[in-house]
Amino acid sequence: MASIAEELAEKQQEISVGEFFERNKHILGFDSLTKSLVTAVKEGVDNSLDACEEAEILPEIKVKIEEVNDREYKISVEDNGPGIVKRKVPEVFGKLLYGSRFHEISQSRGQQGIGVSAVVMYGQLTTGKATLVRSKVKEKDYANEMKITLDTKNNEPEVLDEEVVIWEGKDHGMRFETTIKGLLRRGRHSVFEYLKNTAIVNPHARIEYVRNGNTTVFKRATDQLPEKTKAVQPHLKGIELGTLAKMAKNSKRRTLKSFLKHEFSRISYSKAEEICEYAGIDKKTNPGELEVEDCKDILKAAEKVKLMAPKTDCLSPIKGMLIKKGLKNVLKGKHPDYYAPPTTRDPEVFSGNPFQVEVGLVYGGDLPKDGPINVLRFANRVPLMYKKGGCAVTSAIKNIDWRIYGLDQRGGKGMPKGPAVVLVHVASTRVPFTSEAKEAIADIPEVIDEIEKGLRECARSLRTHLNREKKRKKVKKKFTVVNDILPMIAEKSAQIVGKETPELSKSMTKIMGVVYVDKNYEWDNGVCKIDIEIMNYTPKEKDMNLFFEKPYPETELLSSNEEPAHQGDHLEWKLESLKPSEKRKISIEFDGGLEKDDLDGTDVYIEGITETKLIGAEPLPDDWDIELAEIKEGQ
Amino acid sequence: MKEKYKDRYEDALNELKGIAEKFYEQLEDGEVPNMRIPTRSKSNIELDRREGVWKLGDSKTRRSAKKLKSARMLLRTLYMLELIQDMIEEDKSSTLREMYYISEGWDKAEFSKQSESDSLAEDMELVTGCLREDFKLRPEEDGARLIGDITVEEVNRKGEIREINCRDDVGDSGYTIPYNVESDKVTFGDVNVDFLIAIETGGMFDRLVENGFDEEANALLVHLKGQPARATRRVIKRLSEEEDVPVVVFTDADPWSFRIFASVAYGAINTAYLSDFLATPTAEYIGITASDIMTYDLPTDKLSKNDRKALEQELEDPRFDTDFWKEEIETMLDINKKAEQQALAKYGLDYVTDTYLPEKLEQMGLM
Repeated sequence: MASIAEELAEKQQEISVGEFFERNKHILGFDSLTKSLVTAVKEGVDNSLDACEEAEILPEIKVKIEEVNDREYKISVEDNGPGIVKRKVPEVFGKLLYGSRFHEISQSRGQQGIGVSAVVMYGQLTTGKATLVRSKVKEKDYANEMKITLDTKNNEPEVLDEEVVIWEGKDHGMRFETTIKGLLRRGRHSVFEYLKNTAIVNPHARIEYVRNGNTTVFKRATDQLPEKTKAVQPHLKGIELGTLAKMAKNSKRRTLKSFLKHEFSRISYSKAEEICEYAGIDKKTNPGELEVEDCKDILKAAEKVKLMAPKTDCLSPIKGMLIKKGLKNVLKGKHPDYYAPPTTRDPEVFSGNPFQVEVGLVYGGDLPKDGPINVLRFANRVPLMYKKGGCAVTSAIKNIDWRIYGLDQRGGKGMPKGPAVVLVHVASTRVPFTSEAKEAIADIPEVIDEIEKGLRECARSLRTHLNREKKRKKVKKKFTVVNDILPMIAEKSAQIVGKETPELSKSMTKIMGVVYVDKNYEWDNGVCKIDIEIMNYTPKEKDMNLFFEKPYPETELLSSNEEPAHQGDHLEWKLESLKPSEKRKISIEFDGGLEKDDLDGTDVYIEGITETKLIGAEPLPDDWDIELAEIKEGQ
Repeated sequence: MKEKYKDRYEDALNELKGIAEKFYEQLEDGEVPNMRIPTRSKSNIELDRREGVWKLGDSKTRRSAKKLKSARMLLRTLYMLELIQDMIEEDKSSTLREMYYISEGWDKAEFSKQSESDSLAEDMELVTGCLREDFKLRPEEDGARLIGDITVEEVNRKGEIREINCRDDVGDSGYTIPYNVESDKVTFGDVNVDFLIAIETGGMFDRLVENGFDEEANALLVHLKGQPARATRRVIKRLSEEEDVPVVVFTDADPWSFRIFASVAYGAINTAYLSDFLATPTAEYIGITASDIMTYDLPTDKLSKNDRKALEQELEDPRFDTDFWKEEIETMLDINKKAEQQALAKYGLDYVTDTYLPEKLEQMGLM
């Protein structure tokens, strides 16, 4: 954002903010009527999510859009965040590019927007209406409500109306309501799509969307808040010239050496001296007196000096099972067959900026089989909805020959086809966007490489899954053998030989050679009854652990025929000494207003059985930090 | 007579029971039931140099209940075994087609095609070393005919012996070969022919009959009816072996007819285990050869894709690995043409009996 800020600061001298806005609509996300609506919602929701996260509150966000006139919509976004103290409200909503984040290096959604004040201005410019803002902080018994407009000449807020109100049932939170020109459309670039995708990567949020009176709710899939992102000092490699100049100007340090040491990460005194030497600037120079040319020399010097890579612990990935939960929460209506264990790559660095890639993949079910796969792109938990063609994510996908992983792809190049959804999340303290519009990630080789690696990990899981599916079908045929044919062979041969029918369990296990898990779901007045039958069709006695992933944190276990060894986001049972051809059944009942789509058979995991011998359940994912029971193989 | 052959059925029954016993033991030991069956494929036939016929080699295939298809075959084996047991005890027999229909009552062991049940019957012959006749199973229809001056003594259904001269005591359609031609049913009396000519098509058989070729050339005409039934091959084999009658085979000129000759002379791949019993290694191919097509300038058809494929396969077939056949097959591929027996009619209806056959038989020293 820094460069826009500077540009704006410069331009402010000559032209009004309003004019600047008009000229730069495309950068600010208001270049079409449809997009304007999405941008307005996005600015509000991104702010709300950031605020809630910072205050460690599980977000509850309500978005309302109502058509009031032709191509004129009343939009409101409400959250349960910490609220904004009264004196700051006008600045946040009525001053363009106000905010604390512009010089901070951290993974936040905010770095991607121009700020909610742009929405206020857009509304004002297109409909002439003011924005109504309500805010309540925990410490006060009442909320403040004010009507705000923006003085476009001086970039200063104007408060038109102000009152104190009681906010029923609200302890703290924010709400703003504005009227803007726009066009509400369905499809790939709709508000709905934006909110849906936001829900996927923010499974800890509850998002309600009311569109002309119709309500859609994206339920909260987890109580786990994302880890807080840490603000870090910038790394000298990769910093923009303007930012460096500004930092130098504002620095309170008295020498260049001390400035470098204290305001940048990974620079020691000796490194700082080395840089000064290379740059040919006296280390005792006051940073406030540095010229732009000096700054250029410092950046050149930084390239020559060996600096430790920046710290990467400032990033907060979504992480494995939460990605799955998010995807499942939104895709459950499509009944996918398979959720590949999502990949969270280790953090990497591109020109001084730490970044981290995450990938998820969903396959099968009612996902459309014809046409290209659906790609969901995210940067710092914000959906990227435009410029798909020019995005590093798309390049990485096209680089892979998907045919070897089980997807169709003409000539092993380009967009693969098939019933799959691929999610790619890039988290960074500075996401490398292609342009100021921040709609696509630039083709940085390090970033593409990481995305590709993440994709391949998921793709390998998909291939394994497809192979296991094939095996499952084969094993299913074997059921006919052991359940129907073999007993008949036994009976007939015994009859011909004139002896007793022999015991078959050993022969049976030799034919099957797997542990088979059968699941059955039944619904009865909002109560879900689940039978999980585990059959040991191997010739050896087996111990294993069974896990059931609950769809929602509030899902309540009503009953279980066997007491779970553990209860939480998932339930766990220890199944000990299951003899060859022995079956065991776990019968559970859930309450919590579950719908059919909430449970789909991809929620059962078994731990302790080799993947290749397990049919009908997934092996326990690696990233479930679960204290494992001792697994021993019986005789 | 029935008494005489009782042992034969007893033996078959004991052999079959052995299969059930094996399954039972395997189950008792906690094993997966399975049986080993000699592989019936082109790769597993070898030449018996002493007999001059192609027999099954040593390669075996395991049929195990681990797979659904094989498990089903094992179960069917037991059902078939039980059926045979019942038939032997009740002194009944059934046709292969009847057995296929009987299997409809076998629940999961039901056959889905008759070729499956036919093939399983062959498997059982192979494993037990018995013949399907020993199992009281017979083919649906045989009906192949022969005409010529030989006398057969056939035991009819009433147990009476009938003497039939196959030229004088029969109509123009000849003597119908019964499905059982073993010596308990058929023996040969006077045999007054110089050679036996086995003919592929009914049209050509009737042409030779109408032209009186049997008397003119003192030949025994046998209709093969396409790929010949076991009984037909068995009759030819017995006449060749017991009565020293030279055998020639007269077919169309196409890859499928070459295979008809091979099954008469060397044994068929499917029934290679019966070659000793069915193949006539001294049989000679009279035509129509690929060279005949050119020599006699016969009307032809172009080879189809399948024809060419069949010829290519024959080049790999050990039974055709002789100079004569290699040359014939390659010539046919070369000229890319095939011809029917009837193509000889181009030169008139008598041409085949007046010119073509006498010329060819002369070359073989039979006329």
